[in-house]
Amino acid sequence: MNQLIPPVNTNDHIYGSAALELVEYGDYECPYCGRAYPIIKHIQQKLGDDLKFVFRNFPLSHIHPHAFAAAVATEAAGLQNKFWEMHDIVFENQKTLEPGDIFYFAKSIGLDLEKFKNDITNNELQSKVEGDIESGFRSGVNKTPTFFINGVRYEGDWEENTFLQYLKDQLMETSISGE
Amino acid sequence: MVAIGTIAPDFELNSTPDQKLRLSELRDKKIILAFYPADWSPVCDDQLTLYNEMEKYFAKHNAQLVAISVDSKWSHLAFSGDRKFHFPLLSDFEPKGDVARLYEVYDVKTGECKRALYVIDEKGVIRWHYLSPVGLNPGADGILNALEEIDNFKIIM
Repeated sequence: MNQLIPPVNTNDHIYGSAALELVEYGDYECPYCGRAYPIIKHIQQKLGDDLKFVFRNFPLSHIHPHAFAAAVATEAAGLQNKFWEMHDIVFENQKTLEPGDIFYFAKSIGLDLEKFKNDITNNELQSKVEGDIESGFRSGVNKTPTFFINGVRYEGDWEENTFLQYLKDQLMETSISGE
Repeated sequence: MVAIGTIAPDFELNSTPDQKLRLSELRDKKIILAFYPADWSPVCDDQLTLYNEMEKYFAKHNAQLVAISVDSKWSHLAFSGDRKFHFPLLSDFEPKGDVARLYEVYDVKTGECKRALYVIDEKGVIRWHYLSPVGLNPGADGILNALEEIDNFKIIM
């Protein structure tokens, strides 16, 4: 059984504060992650405040040449508190991830472009993405997307109905054991 | 599988159509031997794509990845070129599966290598091995732990 290493912490991008925790290791240029994106959105809508969602970068640079830069761009947006806006717009346009496209996205979500331009060349952001990748290797990420639910690698199917049902079952267990 | 603590059996196989690689030439480095069933197949593809991203992390531990299947050197050439692999794919083609048999990871039913990993230290001693269910990508966490353990052990000594 593969465990999430390190556990979710303050370096992570975290959406929501529920006890039920879903972590995705994803690659912005990976078509499977692109397919998972609307599924996760629906699941977030359906579970609402009952779900915490965390995204960690796992760009496979050799097969997806734009993925690393896209990951850095979302981190740079994060410095302006717009990580999720950038994460969304990148996944929604994952077939066009040239530098010009990335700047267009940055502008569309209302980023300070001068700051953004500086931040994407920041070594710390590159290291943060590399840190995510290394944590993925250690956690046993073996493809993208790979999901962890409450710290344990999810081996099942992530098509919407199966995935949502599994999370609902986990929610039941969490609320029972929490009482 | 061949026991941990024993010297890894030496062999020589084609790494490209006109080059051969002998395991013992790689002494002074740690070696990760990854036996896999077949070029182009879905799980192998994920597994090797993952390892391709790890060059830097393996290099940090002075380790080199070498992957082996029974596919021909021409299939390897095409597969490796298409996926831009930065590590050698060795062809255990003739006599078929000889090296896989030597490492006790040949599947006689399918005529392919099993999905198996060995980590060998700088002196050529097998320090870790893992046989994965054939349909499951074993990931890289086991390899990283094994490499770290070898390095930590040296510090203690």
